Amino acid sequence: MWQWFFRLGSPKWFYELSGKWLPWLVAAMCLLLLTGIPWALLFVPADYQQGNTIRIMYIHVPFASISLAFFPLMAVAGTITLVWRMKLADMVAKTAAPLGAWFTALALISGSIWGSDIWGTWWIWDGRLTSMLLQFFLLVGVISLRSALEDTDAAAKACAVLSIVGCINVFVIKYSVDWWNTLHQPSSSIGLAGESANGPEIWVPLVIMIVAVYLFFVVSLILSTRNEILQRERRSNWVQELLGST
Amino acid sequence: MLEALQFSSISEFFQMGGYAFNVWAVYALFVLFFSVNLYFPRIRKKQIIRELKRRLIINEGASKSENNSDEPGNLSDPIGDTSETSQT
Repeated sequence: MWQWFFRLGSPKWFYELSGKWLPWLVAAMCLLLLTGIPWALLFVPADYQQGNTIRIMYIHVPFASISLAFFPLMAVAGTITLVWRMKLADMVAKTAAPLGAWFTALALISGSIWGSDIWGTWWIWDGRLTSMLLQFFLLVGVISLRSALEDTDAAAKACAVLSIVGCINVFVIKYSVDWWNTLHQPSSSIGLAGESANGPEIWVPLVIMIVAVYLFFVVSLILSTRNEILQRERRSNWVQELLGST
Repeated sequence: MLEALQFSSISEFFQMGGYAFNVWAVYALFVLFFSVNLYFPRIRKKQIIRELKRRLIINEGASKSENNSDEPGNLSDPIGDTSETSQT
């Protein structure tokens, strides 16, 4: 049963498997984006309070919710690196940090642009915004820590510890809108079976965009990890053979 | 499906009810972010492969010149017959 887990630790296995999966993931991602974005821009009815800025939700919400996944991902990858010493886990942790910074930045900027007219301000020290900004700084911190330590092992361990600590902030981000009654609105109920505050013409394209952006996250992560594998495993036979054939 | 369209003209679509900057800035950022994050890993991969191939050629060249110094008659060998060890 554990066999698949240890196979997972082989960079070569991951490289080959991800190479096969990548075209399908990209195709699925493009299909969902080509469905979700026109739907969001053309067919979603304007909000009675927020007007057409509601269309920003279809970019802001997917990026914001997926940006919460980075610290848990890095923490899990970091723990696997610390406990089982799998270098593939460290490679994933390394490539996840810059991607997470991009996601968090886009979530913050898109939210800021949305709020500039709707809330009347580009920024406020609200619970959620502040903790998201903190997450951005923590991710930049992880990237800096990684490049500051020359020894790969030491860098892997230090970043693993920082990633685990950074997960505390994810709880703050998620529950901030429930704990504090500040500007950012609380989460709306997206009940698939029961009643929802919004009709399906609002939440169906949102779900499509969330899945599409999630696939984009997976594709980007795989592409960057493959590069990292090529670099770190450059002395191994299979990489040498690959170089010979390209 | 056309009756579900929320805009009755293209100019209305671009204006977004007065929120043109807000909506289009966010979607433009998304397109930029999307393109950058899919384009740069590919460029980086080509860079890595180029660099690794270059190093492979350098290493092969270095190992070949090491092998050559074992052959007799090479200029780096000391003058004289090195195939027999002289007994004193």
